Amino acid sequence: MKHTISVLVENKPGVLARISGLFSARGFNIDSLAVGQTHDLTVSCMTIIVNAEDERILEQIKKQLNKLIDVISVIDLTKKEFIERELLLIKLGLDQKDRKHLESLVEKFKAHSLFYKEKIAIIEISSQKDKIDEFLRELTKFKILELVRTGRIAMDKHGGKDA
Amino acid sequence: MKGAQILIECLKKENVEVIFGYPGGQVLPLFDCLYDAGIRFILTRHEQAAAHAADGFARASGKVGLCIATSGPGATNLTTGLATAFMDSIPVVAITGQVKSHLIGNDAFQEADVTGITRSITKHNYLVKDIKELARTVREAFYIASTGRPGPVLIDVPSDIQAADAEFIWPANVEIRGYNPTYIAHRGQIKKAAKLIQKAKKPVLYVGGGVVISGASAEILQLAETLQIPVTTTLLGLGAFPSEHSLSLGMLGMHGTAYANHAIMDSDLIIAVGARFDDRVTGRVDTFAPNAKVIHIDIDPTSISKNIHVHVPIVADAKDALAQLFDVVKAPDTKDWLKKIDSWKKKYPLSYKKDAAKLKPQYIIEEIYQVTNGEAIITTEVGQNQMWAAQWYKYSKPRTFLSSGGLGTMGYGFPAAIGAKIARPEKTVFDIAGDGSIQMNIQELATAVENKIPVKVAILNNCYLGMVRQWQELFYNKRYSYTKLCNPDFVKLAESYGAVGIKVTKKEEVRPALEKAVNTDKVVFLDFHIEEEENVFPMVPAGQAINQMLDGGLA
Repeated sequence: MKHTISVLVENKPGVLARISGLFSARGFNIDSLAVGQTHDLTVSCMTIIVNAEDERILEQIKKQLNKLIDVISVIDLTKKEFIERELLLIKLGLDQKDRKHLESLVEKFKAHSLFYKEKIAIIEISSQKDKIDEFLRELTKFKILELVRTGRIAMDKHGGKDA
Repeated sequence: MKGAQILIECLKKENVEVIFGYPGGQVLPLFDCLYDAGIRFILTRHEQAAAHAADGFARASGKVGLCIATSGPGATNLTTGLATAFMDSIPVVAITGQVKSHLIGNDAFQEADVTGITRSITKHNYLVKDIKELARTVREAFYIASTGRPGPVLIDVPSDIQAADAEFIWPANVEIRGYNPTYIAHRGQIKKAAKLIQKAKKPVLYVGGGVVISGASAEILQLAETLQIPVTTTLLGLGAFPSEHSLSLGMLGMHGTAYANHAIMDSDLIIAVGARFDDRVTGRVDTFAPNAKVIHIDIDPTSISKNIHVHVPIVADAKDALAQLFDVVKAPDTKDWLKKIDSWKKKYPLSYKKDAAKLKPQYIIEEIYQVTNGEAIITTEVGQNQMWAAQWYKYSKPRTFLSSGGLGTMGYGFPAAIGAKIARPEKTVFDIAGDGSIQMNIQELATAVENKIPVKVAILNNCYLGMVRQWQELFYNKRYSYTKLCNPDFVKLAESYGAVGIKVTKKEEVRPALEKAVNTDKVVFLDFHIEEEENVFPMVPAGQAINQMLDGGLA
């Protein structure tokens, strides 16, 4: 079962290593991890998607994270209403005749064309994971030259996290 | 003030009485200040021993132990000691030198990524990059090491920071927003626990090292006696409850008493206090105490429901939780249960063959108990010596049994004994050792002799790595693969360092030798030539239920 966990941490060197080290040392699985600054420059937010076989392992993951001195708070968003987004950049190789079809897909999925040059297009999409996956399935008709995803970030719909 | 001087001032503020360590290139500024700092410094002969000695000091005193090493190899030599302290929740602060700030990451001479290496074996660690952060870092390190579930904290200090100038400002208090240990038990959980206890017919108190750390022995005794609940302890819990008390079941687990293991397996309620259901205690998890509900008091939430499902978790300091529990709980009726336990005690006592021609290690430990009136501090190495020391010496007070439980570090006992003797100079301190493990830190003879720290080392010498040999005998068809040892003459070796060496081969020589040892103010090595293929029993084979014990034909 996948869980989306939002972890507020001290914005200090070595914190990412502490978190990733914890997951590898204890054999927990990370599906995706995204880190960035928050409005408080001393605090970073990590959104971690974990794959926990059962409730006991999920509890351990949350408790072990909380135990790290540099971790300020751990929130399991899966049990709340939350919004989740991921950004994808994709570079496609295409012929002139493909272009129209691509543009219609971009419009349908509310993606953006960032760059066109002769036989190359770079497309951006920011959406939920399944939407992005669906978009990607459509794009397999084209030649994918490069693909990069940010990993998911997430936010609780209600209440603010007191950073 | 120079960084090195700031460090010294911080140590004084933290009331550090003794430092164990070893100098080197990247701690030269610090050692220059230590020269006339007025803090006792014990030069060990290996950094690993410095960490173990700091650990032994901490376990015997309850205070934070301090060790210092240089960068690179000095720091990596500390790691075994830090991992040992980490597994057993011992407050140790380690200060390591690091190459100059601008050289970090350049593969400089004696550089190692020490914060990287020690991240998973410390409670927390720091690399000080700004001298203005130095004093606050030391303050935080001592605070983190000694509070909550204690543990080792490492501070890596580049040599240019030690030499830099800054004003010394001691922070008035420590505030770490991500670190707030819970000391006070939740009232509702205590009430739930009390209800379960009241209804229990076959309850057992399962007591671990957390009770020693928390100083909650009196509360355990009061609770056990008032409620008439039997008490078993883990290896690190030895001393938390008097071994000779009628409610004591002794140690449980792989080499625990048969009656402790039967009691746990048959119980309907386990009250775990400051213990963590380690695999050496539970044996095969899915067979462990099948009919028992579990109440678990621990200050570390990660210990709860990690290995065994817990019905009533109580995150708190043991002392507070037990005191609260005592106020509300009513005694269950345990008369029949205690009768059953007594019958197990009679049926399966700890025993060994007393009529043997060769010297028995169990007998030696019984004699050490007699000669020291049960008042010594016992440290151990790891293996058979450790298990015999746990089974046959009767501990009645906390902080008198010091052993590497979690990590199982050979070479721990001797340096730990040195640390313990410094913490409690009025106590007789015995390291119960094997001929294998003692050689892992035997160079500390020089430290003990030079500093006149008269610890006694009882080597249970069977010319084998005994515990590994025992497993090879029982589970690998007696194929003694690289466990036979060719040993030095320990008597001559001790004498060459200026210690006293006594060789003992006969039963009747044991008592006089021990008396001689405790009546001299010298460091003593006792070389006991014991039955070579003696085994530790009872024994639960790895991966079995803990009531499936081998008794070696003794029961």
